[in-house]
Amino acid sequence: MAADKVDPIHQFQIHPIIPLHIGGYDVSFTNSSLFMVVTIVLASAFLYMSTASRALIPGRLQSVSEMAYEFVGNMLRDAAGKQGMQFFPLVFSLFMFVLVANLIGLFPYFFTVTSHIIVTFTLAILVIGTVLVYGFAKHGFGFLKLFVPHGVPGYLLPLVVAIEIISFVSRPVSLSVRLFANMLAGHITLKVFSGFVVSLSAFGAVGIAGSVLPLAMAVALSALELLVAFLQAYVFAVLTCMYLNDALHPSH
Amino acid sequence: MFVTSAYAQEAAPAAAEGDTHAGTAVPAAEHEAFPPFDAKTFPSQILWLVITFGLFYLFLKRVVMPRLGGIIDVRNDRITQDLDHAARLKGEADAAVAAYEQELAEAKVNANKIGQQANDAAKAQAEGTRKKLEAELEKKLGEAEASIASIKAKAMKEVGTIAEDTTSAIVEALVGGKADKAEIAAAVKSASR
Repeated sequence: MAADKVDPIHQFQIHPIIPLHIGGYDVSFTNSSLFMVVTIVLASAFLYMSTASRALIPGRLQSVSEMAYEFVGNMLRDAAGKQGMQFFPLVFSLFMFVLVANLIGLFPYFFTVTSHIIVTFTLAILVIGTVLVYGFAKHGFGFLKLFVPHGVPGYLLPLVVAIEIISFVSRPVSLSVRLFANMLAGHITLKVFSGFVVSLSAFGAVGIAGSVLPLAMAVALSALELLVAFLQAYVFAVLTCMYLNDALHPSH
Repeated sequence: MFVTSAYAQEAAPAAAEGDTHAGTAVPAAEHEAFPPFDAKTFPSQILWLVITFGLFYLFLKRVVMPRLGGIIDVRNDRITQDLDHAARLKGEADAAVAAYEQELAEAKVNANKIGQQANDAAKAQAEGTRKKLEAELEKKLGEAEASIASIKAKAMKEVGTIAEDTTSAIVEALVGGKADKAEIAAAVKSASR
């Protein structure tokens, strides 16, 4: 048991709660799935119940919901213009999902959905897939102008186009790895410092006195992780807005 | 990502065992992959993410966002309405002030006119009265002068008669005889010259 407590990787393990196999794939309802459900239920319940009174003068909770709504709305409008507002539900759900998943993950013993690359990568693919599908549906092959910037001399064009394509392809990778790595690293660090507190206090009075330092560190890191939770949700949403802007206005 | 069913079934009990016997999980963890890169768990995570996120998206799009948008729109409408109302009231107040000032100016002009008229009328009346009085006084003065002149003439005539009478009386007393009336009259006349 003691070995488990100081193992910083243990918190990321996925174990099935309801085993389920479909077509040869293991699609069990796991602790990860449970926390996805918890995330959407919490987020939906908060947004639904805080706005239930539809007050003209909002209370505190309704203000929070309205702030989130207007925050994402302004972000999208600034990045992608009025046309971009058709993607508002997508960006708002992404922002709320990532934010609430990050925040829930901060609680001890809770699983962090966004600390798994496959989750963030699926969300990133959703964004890039939307950009691609909408871009080609709206502009046809004109969408490929995205890779051909204006005012570049002809002899440089092959190089620039290659760079543009590489940067486009690396978008889902950077988008997903940024969120995943932040969550993973933050939680490992928190766990390591909290583990120090436990292991040090096993060495009697001196150890307990010495464990104050990692404890203070763990407290400071918790605050930092709270900031990171917000920041990464924001960054994910902002980048989504910018990529959607490319789908709307491919010639830059 | 692509896991054969055999491997998946083999992996599931192993994970379940690691879960139930936490104490013995350490050696099992050594040969297991780093959890976030453990491809065995990918299908489950993708499936459940798609299900949960899909439901979340639909719920937000259908229920929450129209409601939030509605609340904010209603508020903005209300604020715009109130601002319009305030602007209209301000316009009315400004118009009222302008009307009041205009009326005040008109009233001032009227008051000045009335005052001027009254002043002029009073002056004219005073002038008329003065002229009438002057004319009357002039007339009275003339009449008085005429009467003084006639009285004076009459008195002067009477003065002659009195002098004649007095003279005849004096002569009578001194001389003791009756003096000729004509002589006395001539004497008085020459003396009064």
